Amino acid sequence: MNKPIQCVVLDEDICNGCIHCIKCCPTEAIRVKNQKAVITPERCITCGECIRVCPSHAKKALRDPLEIIDGFKYKVALPHPALYAQFNNLEDKTTVLRALLDYGFDEVFEVAAASETVTEMTRRLISEKKAVLPIISSTCPAVIRLIRLRFPNLIKNISPLYAPREVAASTALLAAMNKTLMPREDIGIILIAPCPGQVASVRVPLGFEKSGIDAVIAISDIFPKMPELMKNADITEAIGTQFSIAGRVGASWGSTGGEAKGILSDNCLSADGIENVIKVLSDLEDERFQNLDFIELTACPGGCVGGMLTVENPYIARVKLAKLRKYLPVSGTRLDDIEINTLFRDGEIEYLPAFNLSDNISESIRLMDELDEILKTLPNLDCGCCGSPTCRAFAEDIVRGGEGKCIYSLIKGT
Amino acid sequence: MILKFDIPGDDFTRAGEASSAIKNKLKQTGFSPEVVRKVSIAVYEAEINSIIHANGGTITLTADEEAIVAVIADTGKGIPDIEAAMREGFTTACDNIRKLGFGAGMGLPNMRKYTDEFDIQSKVGKGTTVTMKIYNKQE
Ligand SMILES: Nc1ncnc2c1ncn2[C@@H]1O[C@H](COP(=O)(O)OP(=O)(O)OP(=O)(O)O)[C@@H](O)[C@H]1O
Ligand code: SF4
Ligand code: SF4
Ligand SMILES: [Mg+2]
Repeated sequence: MNKPIQCVVLDEDICNGCIHCIKCCPTEAIRVKNQKAVITPERCITCGECIRVCPSHAKKALRDPLEIIDGFKYKVALPHPALYAQFNNLEDKTTVLRALLDYGFDEVFEVAAASETVTEMTRRLISEKKAVLPIISSTCPAVIRLIRLRFPNLIKNISPLYAPREVAASTALLAAMNKTLMPREDIGIILIAPCPGQVASVRVPLGFEKSGIDAVIAISDIFPKMPELMKNADITEAIGTQFSIAGRVGASWGSTGGEAKGILSDNCLSADGIENVIKVLSDLEDERFQNLDFIELTACPGGCVGGMLTVENPYIARVKLAKLRKYLPVSGTRLDDIEINTLFRDGEIEYLPAFNLSDNISESIRLMDELDEILKTLPNLDCGCCGSPTCRAFAEDIVRGGEGKCIYSLIKGT
Repeated sequence: MILKFDIPGDDFTRAGEASSAIKNKLKQTGFSPEVVRKVSIAVYEAEINSIIHANGGTITLTADEEAIVAVIADTGKGIPDIEAAMREGFTTACDNIRKLGFGAGMGLPNMRKYTDEFDIQSKVGKGTTVTMKIYNKQE
């Protein structure tokens, strides 16, 4: 399954063809053509960098509208832990969960609870050496897409387990079906997500056949509705029920380092921010790290609290999450509660060689030589005015059969 | 395709630049990920050696559909006993270098392990040349 996915929606009326996004894209997926940004979907890893950087806000992160939940008879919310980090003075996450019920959901199931199950299973994989070490977390979809595009040698290191959101989806669905006896299609499993990458991973899964999530709404869309509901939330009723079940381990997954901490090994590495992630993967591929058990990588600075569909400044969000965590038990869920087999992904991740100049090596080598010749004639200013992010990328576009002119050379008359 | 790089001898912060550049180019040229990985690891070891032990040098890499050949040459102090140097764990790196994480004495053995053909020529006082070949078709 190598289907491309677009997670960014461009408003062509607003895009003025500036070069910010082409410069920041870590996979050089964007070009400006006829004064509009164009994304090559094969190369897009859904990191959201281009949305973050666009000064005219012409790029929007793909997600479902809030109203989508009305289409289901029984609505189950799966809040990502980054949601808890958006609010001031939150002492008990039960308040947030209660507010979601008051908003119109019939049930909530914390993604953080599933994170604890995944953490425990990962620990087991490491101690029983049942996976290729170091295990790279399968949670951040942007990282997974990056690996299959640029670091094929590391595909074998990607965790064989589902990301917590998918584990949460299957657990919640089973519970809802048992409770309501409704048919599958009446039940809506709705993820409240921090980023367009998770939206993309639900629509075009990578490493598994089909997502158990029916719709993905944004933390930033539901956020404005929450304060009022939280003010009136009555949590007395919720206390003592299996409601706010995730403990410290699960809640920690919202920000950098949290996931690795739960592994309880000294040989864990965490890195955040897509450029740092690329450096780590590159060194890992060259075997420059030894004896690592686990690697947590998140495309967003600060971890998922830094996702494109969150509201709070990621570094402040991190402090808030840490505070909230203090009062929680270490872990609220245990592995034996659910079937271990259901935690394993049911599909492969395949290398997507979207950067090859040609399918044929000799032809590629010829094109690479041609590329280097063209590059010699360019000013090497990397100004981006031609619409390609660098002079090298421009030369690459030309050998791939593209058209275009070096603006600098035109002005200089060379 | 012929790629040439100078390895500056005095700058640790740039160690690995040449092997990274080589890796990125080969990846775009359709060599299998496994081949690229081997070349990248072997060239990196040779690059580091020429920085640590020989004050820099040059890399010349030739690639065609049959194989990739990398030649790393320097005009440094040379290796008096090649057979000893090839042994796992043999190193002459000083404590300072070892503190930086180099000097496990695994560089040369790894170069031989990751390549299909490996040759090292060295003259004391004249310099060292490592030649490595990796075939495109791995068995
Ligand atoms: N280019 C070179 N010039 C001079 N001496 C060299 C050169 N390459 C290797 N040597 C000698 O051979 C020894 C073994 O090299 P090798 O790369 O196997 O280990 P190392 O560089 O000492 O440690 P490591 O590669 O594990 O960081 C070195 O310690 C050094 O004495
Ligand atoms: S989402 Fe990321 S990879 Fe995709 S086009 Fe934007 S910056 Fe590039
Ligand atoms: S770090 Fe988290 S929020 Fe950011 S892209 Fe990855 S999964 Fe999404
Ligand atoms: Mg060495």
